[in-house]
Amino acid sequence: MSSRRDFMGMALGGFTALGGIGALMAMKKTWDPLPSVKAAGFTTIDLKDAQENVLVTEKWRGKPIFVLKQSKEMVEKAKKSDELKRLINIGDEYYMVAVGLCTHLGCIPGYDSSKQGFLCACHGGQYDGTAMVTKAPPPRGLDIPPFKIDGTKLVLGEEGPEYKKMLADGTTMKV
Amino acid sequence: MNKELKILGIVAAFTLVLYWGVEPFAHSQMHKHVEGHNFVYDGTADIEEASKDKKEAKKKFWSEVKEIAKLKGDPVAGEATFAMCAGCHMDGATNMGGVTPPSLDHAGAIYDKNFLIALIKDPAMATNVDHKYPNGTMSHPMGSITTMVNTPQDIANVVAYLKAKKAGEVTPKEAFKEACGRCHANRYGKLTQLGEIPKTKSNIKTGQDIDRMKYDQKVATEQNALADYLGKLPPDLSIIYRARSEHFLETLVENPQSQLPGTAMPRTGLNKEGYEKVVEYLAETGDPSAPARAMAGPWVLGFFLLFTILAYLWKQSQWRDLH
Amino acid sequence: MAHFEKAKSLNEWLDQRIGINTLKKVMQSEYWIPKNINFLWAMGMVLAATFGILLVSGIFLLMYYNPSTDLAFDSVNYTIMTEVGYGWLWRHIHGVGASLVFLIIYIHMFTGIYYGSYKKGRELIWISGMLLFVLFSAEAFSGYMLPWGQMSYWAGMVITNLFSGGSLHADGLVEWIRGDYVPAQAFLSRFFMLHVLLMPLAIIGAIVFHFGTLRLPHVNNQDGKEIDFEESARLWKEGTTESRRKSEVIPFSPVFLSKDVFVMGVYFILFFYLVFYHFEFAMDPVNFDPANGLKTPTHIYPEWYFLWSYEILRPFPTDPGLVAFAIAQVIFFTLPFLDMSPNVAPANKRGAFHIWFWLMLIDMLVLTFMGKLPPEGIWSTIGLVAAITFFVLWISLPIITKLEKKL
Repeated sequence: MSSRRDFMGMALGGFTALGGIGALMAMKKTWDPLPSVKAAGFTTIDLKDAQENVLVTEKWRGKPIFVLKQSKEMVEKAKKSDELKRLINIGDEYYMVAVGLCTHLGCIPGYDSSKQGFLCACHGGQYDGTAMVTKAPPPRGLDIPPFKIDGTKLVLGEEGPEYKKMLADGTTMKV
Repeated sequence: MNKELKILGIVAAFTLVLYWGVEPFAHSQMHKHVEGHNFVYDGTADIEEASKDKKEAKKKFWSEVKEIAKLKGDPVAGEATFAMCAGCHMDGATNMGGVTPPSLDHAGAIYDKNFLIALIKDPAMATNVDHKYPNGTMSHPMGSITTMVNTPQDIANVVAYLKAKKAGEVTPKEAFKEACGRCHANRYGKLTQLGEIPKTKSNIKTGQDIDRMKYDQKVATEQNALADYLGKLPPDLSIIYRARSEHFLETLVENPQSQLPGTAMPRTGLNKEGYEKVVEYLAETGDPSAPARAMAGPWVLGFFLLFTILAYLWKQSQWRDLH
Repeated sequence: MAHFEKAKSLNEWLDQRIGINTLKKVMQSEYWIPKNINFLWAMGMVLAATFGILLVSGIFLLMYYNPSTDLAFDSVNYTIMTEVGYGWLWRHIHGVGASLVFLIIYIHMFTGIYYGSYKKGRELIWISGMLLFVLFSAEAFSGYMLPWGQMSYWAGMVITNLFSGGSLHADGLVEWIRGDYVPAQAFLSRFFMLHVLLMPLAIIGAIVFHFGTLRLPHVNNQDGKEIDFEESARLWKEGTTESRRKSEVIPFSPVFLSKDVFVMGVYFILFFYLVFYHFEFAMDPVNFDPANGLKTPTHIYPEWYFLWSYEILRPFPTDPGLVAFAIAQVIFFTLPFLDMSPNVAPANKRGAFHIWFWLMLIDMLVLTFMGKLPPEGIWSTIGLVAAITFFVLWISLPIITKLEKKL
């Protein structure tokens, strides 16, 4: 029949689809994390009381955060293997701070202070004291969370200059 | 076509009558009528509703307030006298006789001058809760002010000082905290009777947040004291903006007795500007989507207007040759 | 296994497997609708669209609603209204939609009554439609519990108490329905389940049934005329302008649908005007006070669409009131059998029935008004008279229709 008939039907269909896209955008926003979830994404941890070679676990955005104060011997080891850049330096002290989830499939590795290394029980991945991977399958060392140094404290979730440098030189990936 | 419009007219008429009957008409019959006073505090309503034995006392009280309002206050002298007020109305004040004395940082800006005069002269009378203090104003938590600031000139001076120095810009939230927040929480605004809820952190090993528990206990203690003093815990005002009409809120704030006879709620004496600030805050926590609605509304309606026009053209093209 | 040729197009591929061409014919191009109709015939599709909107908005509310007596109120009024992106929009759409769906249901019902669309083979259309009305009522009531405000709580208290049966004192039944002595956690959880699962499933089933009942008797038309659908369909399929003018029917899609969509467009303008600028009517202020089992609100009343039957309950003493209320709930189901007239015709051609129709409509309107007003003085009297009139009208229906002349 007349082409006008089909044309109007298609014009209406197209316009309705436009409205549908608008509705989908609203629906997408409804799925977004809530503002209160995002606002809770900042955690302050104090490194002052950390002891050498004793693993401390904190929590940030629901994930475990490993804090490991390095002993002199560990720092020397890190220097040799060129992994000092993975550590956070405050005053004379060096700290390993990382998200405690294996970069393979997200299990939590356990720390053995006598071996000064991590073992992930799920698939046998291993990391050294700077949380650098030493045995596959994990593709890389544990990720370092965004941090800002504030005296002896770290604000996790904020990106300070030291963290930005780590991102820039590829020491860690964005979490 | 004409027939369809006629039918539409009948359907629309019935729908509108139905709406009128169950909304505006029903509500006009359900709620008692209370006159507003446009935030003038001269005791008219108090005298009108007072019982016979109290009428004369109220008349006398409010005419004396009127006389004091005519005096010229000296803010400098008032500042010295205000030191007596600051003994209780200070930062970090704690509960005294049931309620924590409110901050007066913006008292000059948000409260009415006549009301402030009346309040200093006799707190129970001014706030229209004298029925709660059969033994006299001295048993009111602020009753002792009547022995400390008691000459008309002193009162005029203090009020002049408040109006001159304790005014300035006030945010909607500050207005709410100072005028309402000592008795009413607003949990959607993260306010308790003790002010802003502090940020605390739970212990990583036990999941317990002891600082928060201590704070909650302090709030509970404060709420118990308030409930003992007022007979019940005043309601949280987070969404009172949706639960009551604007007219109800305005007349309640002017004179709580008018809407809730016998209530323990004291008059707060807000002036028009102060009231508007408070309502602005209540709207923020009670109806937060208003700006988003205003933004999206025209777009959605525009969409359906165009949709309907296109649908009409489609219908016309489909039905053109049918008759 | 049947023999399958290699398909040359997606359409053919689908046709071989699910008979899509037949499906299209049955559902669209050869589903015949009379030409002689007005916009009131579009209310069915308007209802289907409104149900769709309620379903979609409900899904997004469901993602953040928390069916616990401690958290329900704030999950609706704080999380959804303040935190969730466009949460307010879904809630306002859901609230306004719940009110408008009943407005359209009533228009749809009274259209059917006016044009006699429940007679002579169309009885099941009416009965399945009434079943939908009851299911939507249950859906609306269970949904009203969820925000757990003062009106939710006290409506739950009062309506479940109806099941005590007055002097029968079936308090055990009431407690069984609530799962507690008062409406509490068990009550909220089970009404949540009813609202988001069982009732919607039943409604979808009943909608399919309702559509099914339309198929053989066909849709009625403005004059109640008996149409030779086969002859008219043949004329339409001939395809010339001349034959199509002569045909008394049109295919559902695209011809009838184009009118439906236009009516829907007008309806959506009203719908979204209410959503953005006038939603208060659908969200009672009293329900913005959290549920409090120790304080009944000064005025309690159901949503507007239940007011007429609520008012039939109210003016009588407890037991007769409950009986009257129970009869009012089911009396509309019997309409096809109480109407004894042989005529399928619009009311204006049916003499006394015409007067009956308008009296019934006005009586229900009066009942609705009185149902919300405080039951005092003159309002009580008017309510009582209107409630009695309601029953007098139903008793007189078989008599006046029996006396009706055959047209």
